[in-house]
Amino acid sequence: MDVRSQVSMVFHLDKCIGCHTCSIACKNIWTDREGTEYMWWNNVETKPGAGYPTRWEDQVNYKGGWEVHNGKLRLKSTGPGRVVFNMFHNPSMPSMEDYYEPWTYRFQDLFNGPEAEDQPTAMPVSMITGEYLDIESGPNWDDDLGGSPVYAENDVNLEGLPAHVRQQMFEIQRLAFFYIPRICNHCLNPACVASCPSGALYKRGEDGIVLVNQKRCRAWRSCISACPYKKVYFNWSTGKSEKCILCYPRVETGQAPACFHSCVGRIRYLGNLLYDAEKIPDVAKLDEYDLVDGFRNLILDPNDPEVEAAALENGIPSSVVESAKESPVYRFVKQWKIALPLHAEFRTLPMLFYVPPLSPVISSSNDQAVRVESDQLFSDVERARIPMEFLSKLFAAGNTGKVRYALRKQYAVRLLRRHLTVGDVPESLAKRALAEADCSVEEADQIYRLTSLANFDQRFIIPPSQREQAIEAMRDPMKHKQESGFGFREAPFRV
Amino acid sequence: MNDFLLFAVVPYLAISCFLLVTIQRYRQRASSYSTLSSQFLENKRHFWGSVPFHYGLMAVLAFHFVGVVFPKAVLSWNSAPLRLYILEISGLALALLSLVGLLNLISRRLSSKKIRKVTTVGDLVVYLLLTVQIVSGIYVAVYSNWGSSWFASNASPWLWSLARLDPQVQYMAAMPLAVKIHVINAFLLIGFFPFTRLVHVLVVPNHYLWRRTQVVLWNYDRTKVRSGK
Repeated sequence: MDVRSQVSMVFHLDKCIGCHTCSIACKNIWTDREGTEYMWWNNVETKPGAGYPTRWEDQVNYKGGWEVHNGKLRLKSTGPGRVVFNMFHNPSMPSMEDYYEPWTYRFQDLFNGPEAEDQPTAMPVSMITGEYLDIESGPNWDDDLGGSPVYAENDVNLEGLPAHVRQQMFEIQRLAFFYIPRICNHCLNPACVASCPSGALYKRGEDGIVLVNQKRCRAWRSCISACPYKKVYFNWSTGKSEKCILCYPRVETGQAPACFHSCVGRIRYLGNLLYDAEKIPDVAKLDEYDLVDGFRNLILDPNDPEVEAAALENGIPSSVVESAKESPVYRFVKQWKIALPLHAEFRTLPMLFYVPPLSPVISSSNDQAVRVESDQLFSDVERARIPMEFLSKLFAAGNTGKVRYALRKQYAVRLLRRHLTVGDVPESLAKRALAEADCSVEEADQIYRLTSLANFDQRFIIPPSQREQAIEAMRDPMKHKQESGFGFREAPFRV
Repeated sequence: MNDFLLFAVVPYLAISCFLLVTIQRYRQRASSYSTLSSQFLENKRHFWGSVPFHYGLMAVLAFHFVGVVFPKAVLSWNSAPLRLYILEISGLALALLSLVGLLNLISRRLSSKKIRKVTTVGDLVVYLLLTVQIVSGIYVAVYSNWGSSWFASNASPWLWSLARLDPQVQYMAAMPLAVKIHVINAFLLIGFFPFTRLVHVLVVPNHYLWRRTQVVLWNYDRTKVRSGK
């Protein structure tokens, strides 16, 4: 057993309102520079929708992630053997058109424009060339266009769904969509790290954050196509890759990352998980159907004395193990099993988990009287507006059972709360729902509390990184304090 | 005297410049050792420029290398006419391949506004020098036939004399003008090399071929923790 600790995350999609506050918080802190204008380390997508970059989930095109080849795990796009042929031109790399050309407006024209008959306008101009730009796409171009035949129909996850299921999602009166905020998943088996010829990308051992060493990055571009989530971005100005750093300067000082901190819907949870690194290669090779379960088995119970002993032996500080015991992520993912990894079939073992969203209540109106159609216990879950098949393609590598379990449990909690607060659901029904959803009353109460009532300090259990001790071992902490910070200690430089 | 300047002084100047500046640049600005790829800004024509250019040029450089290091082997290979023709024709074809790639790259860089935004003076100098180098090389290959042989017998000894710090410029003095241009321009390229993006040649990531798949860095010595307690 090789116990390691990882700062991991849960996004509760049932609470996401799609306000993009997280994206703006991130943009203002990290990607407000030349070369990064088009990057959204945090972005929010409407599902069904084409996403950003367009159709990023289409790995036939982008070749992101891993595949099992002759019983061995290998990168889809490149690797030690094949990089030689992809060195001079990366055949599966997205270009700027697949994201969008960043633009601004000539606001000065509003003030300085000559006197004329018409109001002055601020023309959109490209942030790269500075020339007039006819805006054709943007980072959230298909926002809220759930039923659109132009955008939503291009969702990669619709491929292979039965016709009636597809139709169900586009019926005008039953139309539904949900939001999915995405940041770097800080995977256990990161394809970007494995693909970097320079070895510039690395995973931090002590907290699992995946970073790009700007000094060693030589713009070989392998990571951009290797990351199946398209969360490594190419800075066109410095000629280096950049990605979400999980606000490590904030995490190291006990603060939640900016996108977590600013989340209006309080959908985000952060905490560390202990896992067994020895099992990673085997789990990443499992059949798609078993991936979610295998992934869960990789995560260890911090309350198990054996695990705790192995963790301490591995050099994990006891304070970090204690923090793992408190982790809200552990509860969602392992105890309650209602949080699932996004596209487990990419086999990178993403450490960001999503609680799949319950669809809007299905109702019909008759003579202005709205009737909630709940003739059977779980009918709403089974006949939800967002089909289980679609959700399971996103969150369970096609294993609908995993999504059904998560939705039923959430629904049972909802029934129980309805019984307790409004009282129009009989207790027997709520209890039966709980029993069938494999959920005790105590567990339902915990789920309810962490979902609805949890305050800041309960949502973010940030393990003490004890960076100061690590620094002391290597250099003078006072000197380090003066020199540390994100990014280039030498300015970007082109010749 | 002129010959001495061109074929003894310029090479040493260029090589000194190359060594001093590459080392100093790596020490001061290691992060600037980058390919500065522009594929992200223009993805289609990039293939038809970058791929033929790199493969063609790498192969031609390999031929030059063999000519310098194993001149006798080349001469004995060339002793049969058919083998000489094969070598000459394949060399010319590869040079043409790299020229096509280079011209594609130049026209791509000049025609795309986005790429012009990331174009520096250094890039233009590199393009100029490379064009002169490849065109003069092709001219030599066409008009001064059997270069693989006379390169091995005449140019190699001169290069070796440079390496022995005993420059024998008479080897080069007798060469036709096109060859002289090709040689001097080559040393200009070497001299300008460390000031341009060409330095990415020096950081080709060979170690990727044998390193472990994943890279995990620790802020403490893990082996010590695990073994010693």
